[in-house]
Amino acid sequence: MAKVNFIEERCKGCELCTAVCPVKIVVMADRINRRGFRPAMVVDMQKCIACAACARICPDAVIEVEK
Amino acid sequence: MAKVFERPKSLVDMQTHYCPGCTHGIIHRLIAEVMDELNFADRAIGVAPVGCAVLGYLYFTCDMQEAAHGRAPAVATGIKRVVPDGVVFTYQGDGDLASIGCAEIVHAAARGENITTIFVNNGIYGMTGGQMAPTTLPGDKTSTSPYGRDTKKQGFPIRVSEMLSTLDGPAYVARVSVHTVPHIIRARRAIKKAFQYQIAGQGFTLVEVLSTCPTNWGLTPLEALDKLAKDMLPYYPLGEYKDIEAGAKQ
Amino acid sequence: MGERVLMKGNEAIAEAAIQAGCRFFFGYPITPQNELPEYMSRRMPQVEGTFVQAESEVAAINMVYGASGAGARVMTSSSSPGISLKQEGISYMAGAELPAVIVNIVRGGPGLGSIQPSQGDYFQAVKGGGHGDYRLIVLAPANLQEAVDLVTEAFDLADLYRNPVLILGDGLLGQMMEPVEFRPGTKRELPPKTWATTGTRHHVGSKSVINSLVLDAPGLENHNLRLQAKYARIAQDEQKAELLHCTDAEVVVVAYGSTARIAKTAIGNLRQLGHKVGLLRPITLWPFPVHAFQEVIPHAKTFLTVEMSSGQLVEDVRLTVNGARPVHYYGRMGGMVPTHEEISAECLKVLGGAR
Repeated sequence: MAKVNFIEERCKGCELCTAVCPVKIVVMADRINRRGFRPAMVVDMQKCIACAACARICPDAVIEVEK
Repeated sequence: MAKVFERPKSLVDMQTHYCPGCTHGIIHRLIAEVMDELNFADRAIGVAPVGCAVLGYLYFTCDMQEAAHGRAPAVATGIKRVVPDGVVFTYQGDGDLASIGCAEIVHAAARGENITTIFVNNGIYGMTGGQMAPTTLPGDKTSTSPYGRDTKKQGFPIRVSEMLSTLDGPAYVARVSVHTVPHIIRARRAIKKAFQYQIAGQGFTLVEVLSTCPTNWGLTPLEALDKLAKDMLPYYPLGEYKDIEAGAKQ
Repeated sequence: MGERVLMKGNEAIAEAAIQAGCRFFFGYPITPQNELPEYMSRRMPQVEGTFVQAESEVAAINMVYGASGAGARVMTSSSSPGISLKQEGISYMAGAELPAVIVNIVRGGPGLGSIQPSQGDYFQAVKGGGHGDYRLIVLAPANLQEAVDLVTEAFDLADLYRNPVLILGDGLLGQMMEPVEFRPGTKRELPPKTWATTGTRHHVGSKSVINSLVLDAPGLENHNLRLQAKYARIAQDEQKAELLHCTDAEVVVVAYGSTARIAKTAIGNLRQLGHKVGLLRPITLWPFPVHAFQEVIPHAKTFLTVEMSSGQLVEDVRLTVNGARPVHYYGRMGGMVPTHEEISAECLKVLGGAR
């Protein structure tokens, strides 16, 4: 079982994480956070393999990965 | 469930002022990860530059000094001479290090000052609005090279890692990148090595990190990573340009 | 202690710093102060201190910034053009409230100038030099014993007020040789440097940041108001001047440093001839010794400022005298040193009402 946690309020919507996820489960949300950015989010959490690629490329240390 | 990856403790828990997708954020985090892993945050003293990272003193939990533009290696020299068992590092952009601070970095390296410099090279001046940098590539348009950098009138870029590796003072000089996850992992390794060498008293260490500036390149963060790969890598080859331990093994 | 040693000015100043506990020196060669870094390069290793010949005066002042920020007693020295190079760093240090002692052995200027003595850096020292609203404490010795005593004082003042202190010498002082005694100064209660960047292990629970950047205007104004309050305290408490034969003086010569010393000879001779001349010698150029002037103005008829510059000191004399008495100026420039005969002649002109 693997899980990622995105601290939405810190996300600046840069989209880098969406490009590196090997199972393509990171997408940009339709809603905006308090700072006006569209945060990244995970769809299909059960496909997560806890590779932490998203966390490693995130410039704002917004992502935590658990396994 | 166990944490496989989490925010490093040496990074202050606050939002940064950096643009969305700016690689400064990745590099700050890598330094903080290494500070955590090697457990030296309580004896680290960082020196922040003038440039986008001018507020860098806010983002690390260790003691920090704000330096004048380009002078961080001299400030770091003063600190390290007073606190020799401290882990002293500078964090500098391409204007700070390769333009106004060119004398300071060359001489700190030549003296073999036992400090670590993290050199963020994105080929442009971000903070001041996108002017040409000493590392701007030929042909690149910036706010002070609006027709594209003309090497006849505006000269050629400086390859800092190659240049500094000709000196005897440095113990480790490496150029890395952060445009893909495998590159980020390798960058972290180089940064860790640089700090380990400082802690072992080996001499001056520098890691040049190829970086992006989406805002002033006029690209999205993802497009900016592609430009780094396409344009910067051929001009600034990655690698370890000097490694005091590698030499000794031969 | 108690032993007198014959030393060259530049070297005496260096030794005084070492005696005051300075263990870090960063400098760069420039005439006429080269003996100071050279002495430091020999002496620092003997006391397990650190000497670095930096790549430039710019680098040196920034090394001073770093070392001072890490809590050390630190000195740099230079001469006029090199002090110009240091102005950015000095402004940063004033803004970040860092203590240090900076020595200027002044030479002829402007530009590359000459290597002879001058006092042409008065404005640079006292009115700013660097950018922004700040002040340096500026001390002006007139002989080598005083230079040595003021170096000790300078380190204490720097630490007490968290401010850079400038010793304004000149090429004569730097090069001359006189017997000096290294003696402890007035004991001052100095606060511990809890603000220094030595690593959070030394101050668990807080982090030290040395910084002069305050991006929000109200915040920066508040910072400046605090600095101004500090300068007001210094101005109140730290003025220093020497008064010689002023109680009945008709002409009061105002001069500092080597010029004052030459003026003393002139005044001595004039007194022998029955002329009522006195000397007001500022020792602190900033804070300007206004208290001494307040003492002297009521009795004096006129002031004659003598300086090795174009008319820099005289501006502050005029400001202080504030129209109460006429203020005259006599000066030499470019490395020329006035003789006591010249100064006597000027005094006589003033006494005779010819000026």
